[in-house]
Amino acid sequence: MALLDVRTRHLFFTGKGGVGKTSLSCATGLALAESGKQVLIVSTDPASNLDEVLGVALCQSPTAVPAAPGLFALNIDPEAAARDYRERMVAPYRGILPAAAIQSMEEQFSGACTVEIAAFDEFSKLLGLPETTAQFDHVIFDTAPTGHTLRLLTLPSAWSEFIDASSGGASCLGPLAGLEKQKALYAATVAQLSDPRSTTVVLVARPDVASLREAERTRGELAELGVSNLHLAINGRFIPQQAGDAIADAMHLRGNEALAGMAAGLRTLPQSVTPFLPRGTVGLASLRLMAHPEGAQAASPAAQPALTLPAGLVPLIEEIAATGHGVIMTMGKGGVGKTTVAAAIAVALADRGHAVHLSTTDPAAHVATTVGADLPHLTVGRIDPEKEVAEYTAEVLAKAAPNLDAAGRALLEEDLRSPCTEEIAVFRAFAREVDRGREGFVVLDTAPTGHTILLLDAAEAYHREVLRTRGEMPEAVTELLPRLRDPDFTRVVIVTLPEATPVHEAERLQGDLARAGIKPFAWVIEQSLLASGTGDPLLAQRGEYEIPFIRRVAGELAPRCALLPWRAEVPVGVAGLRQLVGG
Amino acid sequence: MKKLEVFDPAMCCSTGVCGVEVDPVLAQFAADLKWVEEHDVAVARYNLGQEPQAFAANPAVLKEMEAGMDRLPILAVDGHITTTGMYPSRVQLAQKLGLKLDTADKPHIKAGSGCNPKTGCC
Repeated sequence: MALLDVRTRHLFFTGKGGVGKTSLSCATGLALAESGKQVLIVSTDPASNLDEVLGVALCQSPTAVPAAPGLFALNIDPEAAARDYRERMVAPYRGILPAAAIQSMEEQFSGACTVEIAAFDEFSKLLGLPETTAQFDHVIFDTAPTGHTLRLLTLPSAWSEFIDASSGGASCLGPLAGLEKQKALYAATVAQLSDPRSTTVVLVARPDVASLREAERTRGELAELGVSNLHLAINGRFIPQQAGDAIADAMHLRGNEALAGMAAGLRTLPQSVTPFLPRGTVGLASLRLMAHPEGAQAASPAAQPALTLPAGLVPLIEEIAATGHGVIMTMGKGGVGKTTVAAAIAVALADRGHAVHLSTTDPAAHVATTVGADLPHLTVGRIDPEKEVAEYTAEVLAKAAPNLDAAGRALLEEDLRSPCTEEIAVFRAFAREVDRGREGFVVLDTAPTGHTILLLDAAEAYHREVLRTRGEMPEAVTELLPRLRDPDFTRVVIVTLPEATPVHEAERLQGDLARAGIKPFAWVIEQSLLASGTGDPLLAQRGEYEIPFIRRVAGELAPRCALLPWRAEVPVGVAGLRQLVGG
Repeated sequence: MKKLEVFDPAMCCSTGVCGVEVDPVLAQFAADLKWVEEHDVAVARYNLGQEPQAFAANPAVLKEMEAGMDRLPILAVDGHITTTGMYPSRVQLAQKLGLKLDTADKPHIKAGSGCNPKTGCC
């Protein structure tokens, strides 16, 4: 079965960026509408391309999709909602409060938490107020609130402390003061979400290890919150029409292995599998193919790509090597190949005789951890985010908990489970690693976001100027902040895939860094099928679909751009990484 | 009834979790404010990020901020600014508010007053 059998009024699609949440939401909605139902599709994903997929300009109220009777859609950008809110809060004080005060207020409304809560606010209006969607048989959301948001909103102390303004409140609710009016609405929303008669949550995953691991993590988190009506949708399952093409066979095998190794918790869920579609999912005809893949036409022979592909990593490495020292950070969403690119750069720099320290956060980074012993000049370090978070959490609780009552402690513990905490904890480890390599090069496959850098910058100034505490800020951190902003010292390499959502997300990352005064050095496009040399008709067709994205990155977004092909073999050890770099 | 107002800088969280290092002063200060409230003082705490109107409406606080953002946090007792640029310890709070510290409170003071003698705040 290519699409799920819909039994509830509400559907939420959740998964990492690029797994196909929007495509599956639309294909499911279209199939329902074509069976005679009235359907509303809602996107609250700031990186949404719902307009493009459905071929209609959307706004914040339901718009009918032409050529699909019964199908309506609306688009809500939680970042815009958060921005509007910020402007409402800040604007009246421009010219009244000092500029520095305005600036620090603005940064408070730019965090991940603010956007998360703003998105939930939008869900609530649609889910918690039945009259707003009364005319629809089904309401489909192409995103779902995170476990962190749900836990926070179900924590009674978050609300009581928040309302009692004198003692502060949950940090992630803080920036959206005034929310207490919404308490009943939020409670109704959470109740709807966990009611199996009204809501199905669809975990969307690609048939690859990282994506399935993420789905399992989400499943566990939702189960803890009592959300149990789950469905697993495997999207993009590739089965070659005939064997013999190295790339196609490798992709097939990798999918098989990932599905065979799936966690037991996922295995028992109702499941649907949507096949690999080479031409993307823009337009109603493509969406119908997701529901009825047997209708796909055989591919026409691939035309020659009218595009000069960007070079590999060598030009970037030569330019970096010429500077003799500094920090190289590879950034991007999970699964795009940050660790591989970081390890390849590290090996190439060490091969050129430079002292290099490579540090990785990827738990499955055999590629990075196995190279250290084989190569002079190269040392390898590892940051384990779980361990860092655990240590940081224990440290905070040990310092603060003795002064807190049970409710206060629960609130602090929830604060510590926020995405910001992980960023901070990893940032501290990151500062340590960077400090280790004052001489030569340091290559890292992780980096703080622009928001974290700005917050820490504020925190640093705060510590230094205001509290004059006893040097509590680790020295490694104080020295790090100016270094990160120095383009001659720190080189940020953004890693992305030649697809719609990953490019969009990487573009947002670049904007976030710009706010913190950091300009990326280069972009690397990973896993290009166009450059892979595959002769498989489906995959070659997919390769052509990459062209506009490669053009956009190389021509508009990236100051320097490298491209790496999709590889049949995962690079192993120094030899594999050298092969990847080539030259 | 005395009134204590606290004007905090824009903070993501009053727990200080978002800083690079956990700030024990913040957690302790929150606890100290609770203690002050229990001694019949009305406490109002304003975060610049969330309640800017409280700052804008107070000319004395505005004047301090124009001199430098490092004047935050600002504490005012019955409308008069008593402290700028630091969180006072419980002992100092008690002094400024004319409260008596009973023996039961003393262990807390030692545990948490995060004051550096070099800064001259103690």
